[in-house]
This record gives sequence, C-alpha cells and structure tokens, in this order.
Amino acid sequence: MDESLYFEEQHHQVREMVRDFALSEVAPVARDLDRTQEFPWETIKQMGELGLLGVPWSEELGGAGMDQISYYIAIHELGKVDASHALTLSAHTNLGTSPIVEFGTDAQRQTYVPLLASGQVMGGFGLTEPGAGSDAGGTATTAVDKGDHYLLNGSKIFITNAGVGEIFVATARTEPGKGSRGITSFIVTKDTVDIDRCRAVGVGHVDALPKTPGVRAGKKEEKMGWRASDTRELLFEDAIVPKENLLGTLGQGFVNFLKTLDGGRIGIAALSLGIAEGAYEQARQYAGMRKQFGQAIGAFQGVHFALADMAMEIEAGTHLLYSAARLKQAGKPFKKEAAMAKLFCSELAMRTTTKAVQIFGGYGYTTEYPVERMMRDAKVCEIGEGTSEIQRIVIAREILGKIVR
Amino acid sequence: MKIAVCIKRVPDTELRFTIAADGQSLDSTGMKYEISTFDEYAVEAALRLNEAHGPGEVTVVGLGPAALGEQLRRAMSMGADRAIHLTADEVPFDGAAIAHALADALEGQSYDLILFGRNATDTGNGVVGPMVAHQLNLPCVTGISHLEIGAGQGTAKRVLEGAVETVTFPLPAVLTIDEGLGRPRIPSLKGIMGAKKKPLAESPAELGPVRVSVTALAPPPDRPPGRIVGQGADAVPELVRLLRDEAKVLS
Ligand SMILES: Cc1cc2nc3c(=O)[nH]c(=O)nc-3n(C[C@H](O)[C@H](O)[C@H](O)COP(=O)(O)OP(=O)(O)OC[C@H]3O[C@@H](n4cnc5c(N)ncnc54)[C@H](O)[C@@H]3O)c2cc1C
Repeated sequence: MDESLYFEEQHHQVREMVRDFALSEVAPVARDLDRTQEFPWETIKQMGELGLLGVPWSEELGGAGMDQISYYIAIHELGKVDASHALTLSAHTNLGTSPIVEFGTDAQRQTYVPLLASGQVMGGFGLTEPGAGSDAGGTATTAVDKGDHYLLNGSKIFITNAGVGEIFVATARTEPGKGSRGITSFIVTKDTVDIDRCRAVGVGHVDALPKTPGVRAGKKEEKMGWRASDTRELLFEDAIVPKENLLGTLGQGFVNFLKTLDGGRIGIAALSLGIAEGAYEQARQYAGMRKQFGQAIGAFQGVHFALADMAMEIEAGTHLLYSAARLKQAGKPFKKEAAMAKLFCSELAMRTTTKAVQIFGGYGYTTEYPVERMMRDAKVCEIGEGTSEIQRIVIAREILGKIVR
Repeated sequence: MKIAVCIKRVPDTELRFTIAADGQSLDSTGMKYEISTFDEYAVEAALRLNEAHGPGEVTVVGLGPAALGEQLRRAMSMGADRAIHLTADEVPFDGAAIAHALADALEGQSYDLILFGRNATDTGNGVVGPMVAHQLNLPCVTGISHLEIGAGQGTAKRVLEGAVETVTFPLPAVLTIDEGLGRPRIPSLKGIMGAKKKPLAESPAELGPVRVSVTALAPPPDRPPGRIVGQGADAVPELVRLLRDEAKVLS
C-alpha cells in the first residue's frame, strides 16, 4: 500500500526502526518464548531503551514525544513478528498508561508516567472480572470510603501484565446500586512477580515506588496464544488505596474506561493486521519455494486465489486501521471507526493465518514454521478488548443510535 | 575526537534485484535503499569511540542525489552530530571521481579520524577510502576489525586469512572499517526525533574526472549442478577426497 495517505516522513523512520528491532531481536526468540510462556524481560528492556514503551507521551513525562500514529505503527510492526510483544506494548501503553495521562492529576502523572514511559516498570489495566466480561459495567469489586483511604475487595481476571507489572489502573464499585455510574477508577501498585529476574536484568522493579497493601497477582493463565504475554488474576484483599490514588472523578470510571477501550481497539487492530501480514508474507514466500507436481505451488490457481484474497483484505484492513488512527490523532470522534478496524482486522487475522497454514500444508501445522503460532495468536484478537460481537454492538449503536431507541 | 564518517546510499542487500534494460545498471523499480553495511559499522565505531573517550563530534558525509538525505538522517538518528551532503544527481562508478569530491570537502577540517566502510555493498570496490587518504596525504589502514585510540596514536587489528595483524598509526588517519567493531545500533525514537533538528549542510559535489565506467552488467553464470558421489558409508572416502582436493574446505 502507498502509506503516504497516512504517513509523514517520521512515520517511515519509526516503522523502519521497529522493523529492524523486531527482526534482529524478537524474531530469533519468538518461537522459544511461545513454548516456554516466559516473559521476555531482555527484549522489554531494549524496548524501553529505544523509547518504545512510551511512544505517544511527551518528553517531559519521559516519553518519546511522538504521535498516536507512530504508536500504532510500533504495534503493527511488532505484530508481524510476534503478537505477544505487540500485545505487551499495547496493554502497557494504552491500557496501563493512557488513563493516567488522560484522566490523572499533575501529581499522578509525575509520579507514575515517567516510570511507565521509560519502561522501568510495566503497567496494566484491571477491568474484567469473573462475572463481568463483555458486560464490564457489572463490576463487583468494591471500594469502600474509609475516610483517608478506600478499602478495595474483589478480583480481576485475564489481566495482561498482572504478574510482571507494578502499576495498574483498576475499576471498582464506589456506589452500590448505581449501575455503571457507581464505578470509579483507581491507581494501584504491587511488586512484580519476577523481582529476582528484574533485578538481574535491570528493569521491571522500582523499590522506591510505594506499593498498595493488599494487591497481588493470582495464578498465571495457560493460553492458546499470546503465550509470552503475562495474563493473570489481579486480586484485592482489603487493599488500602490512598485517596490521592483515585483516578479522574468519583463515579466516572465507566465513562473513562470506555474511552480507553476505544483507543485500545485501534491497537488490537494494528496487532491483528500485523499478525495477518506476517502470516501472509510467510505464505507468499513459501508458495514460491515449495514444489509439487513439478512446479512451485504458487503457480497453481487455487493458491493464487488464496494469496490474492489475503493481500486484498490486508490492504483494506490497513486503510481501516490508519484512518481510525488519523481520526484519533486529529482529536475527532473515532469510536465507530476503531470498532470497525478492530473487528475487521481481528477476523481478517484469523482468516489469513488459517489460509497461511493451509498453504504450508503439513509443514505449517508443525512448530518448525511460525504460521501455526500466528494462527493461535490470531484467535484471541477476536476476544480481547471487546469480542467481535461486542464490536458489532458498538458499531450498530453508532449507526442506529438516533433511529432506534 | 572530531571524526568524519563517509557513508554511501546503496540498494538494500536483502532485496532481489534485476538488471535494467540498458544492460549496465540495476532496475530501480521497487528498489529500497540503505546505508552501505560496512559504512554503518563505521558510524557505530565513531559513536563508540566518542562515547569511550569523552566529548567529540561525529560528522557524516555522503555524496549522492537528494534522497541520500534519508541515510544521512538515519546516521544522525543513530547519534551522529551533523551531516554534509555533497549533491550529485548520480554517483559515478569511478572511485577516484568520488574521492576527489570527498577529499575536497574533508580537507582542512582538522578531523582526527576519517572513517569509511571496508567497501560499498553495491560496487564492492573499496578504493574511495585509500584514495581520499592519498589525496589528503594521511596514513591509511583498511579492513579494521578492532580499534584502540591513545594519545595521538591508534592501534588497529585486521583479520587476514589465517592470521590477525596488529598495526599502529599516527592521527589524523583514514581508516576503513570491517565488521567486528560492534553491531550498528538501532536508532531510538528520541534519536529519530532529535535528528530532525541536527544540521545537514548541502553543497554541490566537486567530482573528479570520471575515467572508469561500467559497460555491461550480467548475472553470474548458473551454479554447476550438484553431484551425487554415492550412497551410505561407501561414499564417505570419495566425499572426503573431493572436499579436500577439489573444494579445499578440508586440509
Ligand atoms: C489473553 C487475554 C488478555 C486480556 N487482557 C485483559 C486486560 O488486560 N484487562 C482487562 O480488563 N481484560 C482483559 N481481558 C479480558 C477480555 O477483555 C474479556 O475476555 C472479553 O471482554 C470477553 O469477556 P468474557 O471473557 O467474560 O466473555 P463473555 O462476556 O462471557 O462472553 C462470552 C461470549 O458471549 C458473547 N456475548 C456476550 N454478551 C453478548 C451480547 N450482548 N450479544 C452477543 N454476544 C454476547 C461474547 O461475544 C462471547 O462470544 C483479556 C482476555 C484475554 C483472553
């Protein structure tokens, strides 16, 4: 695609830089990480040094001072090589850091954002609960006002970076019976579960950061894909959260996290498109190499059709992705476009990776080639940050809102 | 130290290329360009020298068309302080013509070191560095894999076939850099942002006369087909003999 529709000169440079990094540092370890489910602290440290863990935040806050498009480019490029790295970046930046940047006080920003943006600690976002998934307004975690602090009780599930991270934004019910208007966001902290490794590597843990008593990570999920990304429960057991850690306004938690999720959806679109392109490129190369019936399988019309469809859908997805990103960058409404990009790109990732495995035949089904991993990594893109069904609901509300009540 | 690094814009070595219809050049459709591999090692070497020896200045110098600006900016996003762009619509094949223009721009600027890559990945000539050294009347060491700089003096190692050679030379000097001095860094986002504000001076290249030119470019002959010398353990003695006597990979 001709990206000049969406890209300025600096965007090409960001892309080249992330591509270099992904190919030279991430590609060689991706397969092993998928097998071991280990969190890649070494490459995360490098990402911090390169500025990738704070792409869109100002230099005063320790960020790279770049724009939203640059940030989505970084996810997109990493996604082509390894979805887990891309997801870690997305959850850290958009889910973990952006609510503090956007809704935090100056003091909150100064305290937390530089640590996150420089990659000294990882961040995350605790919204989903065992009983509140798609219906995130069904938050059951409670926050009781105790004068100088709130007492939090409850559990969050499927939280990206919950184990490895130290700074989290989490939602809890401050007013029972008030539905989604009784939900408030808080900033909570805890020690990383990898303290020893973090000390050895030199990132991931900050002693001086005060930790919230009563917050801890639960068991790590065994997953089908995104296996080098850390997914766990985040538990609040009489957690003592100081009043100054209330994020935004009391009762505004729901409204705020919907905004955060809108931006996150563009990130998952970028990640999904990256997976699709990674798999497509593998399949395209393989089609030129693999010979059957005396010729390259890429000479068969049946394979042409598959590759042509993949290429066309990727082109369409690229437009959806960067046009949503441009809207967000320009400060225009982008809710519908973000949901469309996320829905289309995640489903396209599933279709493309499935076709890629098919083009590889039996070899594609083995771990010898990355396409089976990409197929496993693609599936959860249709689930996380709002399932495909929820995206359709969001889109429908936007297009029917004024007609059907 | 004040270090100049000369870099060349060359076609991306990872891409497959085809020969253009004129039979003398590469087809440029869909071509991507990069800093020539060894030149990028030279940029890295210069940055590391100044990081180790305290403050200094690294100037990247390139000769070529307007688009060379991309490579000069990239070198500055890696950490070079400024760039000089000697503009020329085309880069001649004749290294002497290029060396003339570079020497002209480098002369009298009191650089402690002038670095080049061992050779450009497109022409593979490896002559421009030595020719610049000659023109500036400076000592020249080529193909360096290890480098130490002391007071007014340098020690370099060159990896030869079967031996490593250590040489010393006085500063200022012209050096051409091989791999081994450290893998070129990936520019950080801060580096990319910062490079936009660094000075890039443009002036027309004073090329020397072009006396050497390419008249034809042809793909290499097809590799001879493989040979099957036998099967199983019986084939081993013959295979060993061929590896030793013909391929000369065993001794
Ligand atoms: C690997 C991973 C990482 C995650 N990271 C985070 C994180 O960092 N932070 C966080 O807060 N959450 C995170 N999540 C949670 C994720 O956002 C939820 O899993 C997701 O929103 C779906 O919720 P659920 O799993 O409870 O499914 P459910 O809501 O129970 O949905 C089950 C099925 O019912 C369908 N469904 C539900 N409601 C409707 C409806 N109204 N109409 C039609 N169909 C419907 C759904 O589409 C789905 O197919 C993560 C999940 C995974 C798997």
